[in-house]
Amino acid sequence: MFELLSFGDAGWGDEISRGLVTTLILAVICFVTGTFVGLMLTLLRRAGRFSRFVVGAYVTVLRGVPELLVIYLFFFGTGVFVRGVAASFGYTEYINLSGFFLAALALTCITAAYSAEVFRGAASSIPPGQAEAARAFGFKPSKAFRLIELPQLIVVALPGLGNIWLILLKDTALVSLTSVAELMRQSTVAAGATFRPFTFYAIAAAIYFIISMFSERAVTAVERRIAITGER
Amino acid sequence: MTRHQISVENLRKSYGQLEVLKGVSLAADKGEVVSLIGSSGSGKSTLLRCLNLLEVPTSGALTLEDQPVEYVVRNGALNETRAIRQYRASLGMVFQNFNLWRHMTAAQNVQAPLRHVLGLSKSEAHERAERALEQVGLFDRRDHYPSQLSGGQQQRAAIARALAIEPKVLLFDEPTSALDPELVKEVLNVIVKLAEGGATMMLVTHEMRFAREVSSKVAFLDAGQIEETGPPSQVFDAPSSERCAQFVSSASH
Repeated sequence: MFELLSFGDAGWGDEISRGLVTTLILAVICFVTGTFVGLMLTLLRRAGRFSRFVVGAYVTVLRGVPELLVIYLFFFGTGVFVRGVAASFGYTEYINLSGFFLAALALTCITAAYSAEVFRGAASSIPPGQAEAARAFGFKPSKAFRLIELPQLIVVALPGLGNIWLILLKDTALVSLTSVAELMRQSTVAAGATFRPFTFYAIAAAIYFIISMFSERAVTAVERRIAITGER
Repeated sequence: MTRHQISVENLRKSYGQLEVLKGVSLAADKGEVVSLIGSSGSGKSTLLRCLNLLEVPTSGALTLEDQPVEYVVRNGALNETRAIRQYRASLGMVFQNFNLWRHMTAAQNVQAPLRHVLGLSKSEAHERAERALEQVGLFDRRDHYPSQLSGGQQQRAAIARALAIEPKVLLFDEPTSALDPELVKEVLNVIVKLAEGGATMMLVTHEMRFAREVSSKVAFLDAGQIEETGPPSQVFDAPSSERCAQFVSSASH
C-alpha cells in the first residue's frame, strides 16, 4: 500500500499530490471568481427590470441543469463558439482552449449562479432602514454598499457560501471526465494502471473528506469572528 | 426679509391615485422647534421624509437657508446627485426605529458619516463623535454595539449620530414611538436639551405634553393638509379648527 503511494516512478504519490494541488487550485479560483460574479449579479438585479430578468434567467437555467451537463456544454460548446467567432473575423487557424480553462469557466458560472441566490437571500434579510439611514446621511451609493450593506451581507451569507464551497470542491471531481488531471482523474488513472480501484478511490475519498472537514472548521471559525456582536 | 432655515412650499405627494400631501407649506426659522402632530395617516411622517428627499415630492419647492434645493425626478425616482447628497448631509435625521448600523459600535455609528460623507480626518471624527456621545449621555457606552444597548440608548446614539454632523436642521420622525414607556423620558430629555441649545428642529411626535413644552410652533396635519398652525398655546388651548380641537382633546386624555 505504501509502495503504491511512494513518489517517483514506482508509486503514484506524486501523481496523486499533483492532482490534489490541481483540485485545490481549481476550487479556489472558481470560488473566488464565482462568488465575486455572484455578488455582481446580485447588484445587477437591482439595476432595472430588464437586468433583473436576465440575471433571473441565468440563475434559473444554471441551477436547473445538472452540473455535469453544464461542464460538458462548456467543454464541447465553447470551442465551437470561439472558433466560429474567430472564423467570422477571418481567423481560420485551430484554436485550442485548455481543458483546465474550460473547466474553471464552467465551475465559475455554476458557482456564480448559486452564490447569486445566497446573496439575494442574505440581502433581503437586512432591514431596509440600514440602507435608508446611509442615504439620509448622504452616503454615495457605492460607499453605502461597501461600508453598510456588504459587511452585514457577508455575515448572513457565510453559511450559504460555506455550503457552496463544499459542493464546488466535490464538483471539481466531475471535471475529471474532461481529462483535466485533478485528484479524481489521477485516482482513476492510478486505479486503472494498478488494478486496485478500491484502494485509490478510497484514498481519493479520504482526501476529499479531510479537506471538507477542515473547510467546515474554517467556516465556523470565520463565522464566529465576524458575527455581528451580540446577535446570534 | 424673512430668513427660513428650512421651508417647503406647496408640497404635494401622491402614491398613484392616493394624494397623501395636498399642498403643504411649512417653515422653521433658525432656532425654531416645529412639531408636526396629527393622527396616523395624516401625512406628517411623509412630510418629514420629503424634507430630506427620502420620499420624493410629486411637486413643491424646498429651501434650505433660503436657497432653493433643486431635485430632479426621473421615472418616479430621485436623481441622486452630489448636490442632493450634500443637502442630505446638512440635515440630521433621527428615525423611529433608530436605524443604527448594526455592525458598528455606537462610536463607529457616529463617526461613519463624519469620515465617509463629510471627509473629516480620523482624529477629528473621533473627537467630534466623543463630544456628541457625551452630549447625549452615552460616552461610557460608546464601544457597545446597538444590540447591546437599550432602545433609549440606541435612540440617543442615533441622535448623537445626527448631531455630530453639525446639521442645519435636525429631523425627528416619531423618535419615541418604538420605545418602551419607561425609556421615553430619557430620549425626550435629550431633545429638550438640544432645543434649549438653539438647534433648529422639525419633529413628528405623538407626545403631546412634550410637543407643547418644546415647540416654538406646532402644525396639526389632517388628511394631507395643515389644518392649524401656531404657537403651542394656540394649537393646544384655543384651536380655531374643529378637527384640531377634537384631536388635541382626545390625544391629551
